[in-house]
Amino acid sequence: MSDFRIAQREHESVHVLELRGYLDAHTAPKLEEALQGLLNNERYNIIVNCKDLSYISSAGLGVFMAFIEDVRKHKGDIKLTNMTPKVYNVFDLLGFPLLYDILKDEHEAVRRFKEATPR
Amino acid sequence: MQQQKLHIESRTDRLIAVREFVSVAARRFGFAEEDVSKIALAVDEACTNIIKHAYKFDPTKSITVIVGSRNGAFEILIQDTGKEFDPAMIQTPDMKEYLAHYRRGGLGVYLMKSLMDKVEYKITPGQKNEVRLTKFLPR
Repeated sequence: MSDFRIAQREHESVHVLELRGYLDAHTAPKLEEALQGLLNNERYNIIVNCKDLSYISSAGLGVFMAFIEDVRKHKGDIKLTNMTPKVYNVFDLLGFPLLYDILKDEHEAVRRFKEATPR
Repeated sequence: MQQQKLHIESRTDRLIAVREFVSVAARRFGFAEEDVSKIALAVDEACTNIIKHAYKFDPTKSITVIVGSRNGAFEILIQDTGKEFDPAMIQTPDMKEYLAHYRRGGLGVYLMKSLMDKVEYKITPGQKNEVRLTKFLPR
């Protein structure tokens, strides 16, 4: 039984990771692997859609911390969208909204990426 | 509330069972869903720390989780026989500084303290480590 899944797709030249299920110390390596794969392929504009993410612990939060600096160094970003209040509360408790762009949906995130790209 | 006990192997794939066990007990104790989630997360963090630090991912070791009530509060006692530590050495990160320097790890302790009313450690060298998490029902 797999309690965590990641689906990947492109949305207007931005890479989207859709998370589903429970992100804890057991499943965090899967997210780490997915993000590492994107960085290896020099994909730095990343949206993580959390619509179906039911749970996150500090092990999951730690994965975002591990990659954000590297991604931003390459002028990209990890933007988080569609969080349920339960998951948002955990981010909020740790002050993560100060560091991460947490947005309502993917459209808003894509717009932010476009605004940040010089014409 | 009658005391209940769960033994798990020291493996991260067992965390889901711990969260379920604690959630059922917290709900029965009278907590609303928001607090049930907080308690389950705090216990997950405590067990994750044991698996990683006390047992260093040795799956042959075990963790005991006991739920019950004391003086009207909901209490979870988590026991292991792994590497002992000095609770005074556990540092709660300064989140402002933490985020500014993209640190990683150490968030579990901060979460446990934020989510619960009390977090207490009792170390019996050479025998067992205990962490006691307490939460009161909202008035």
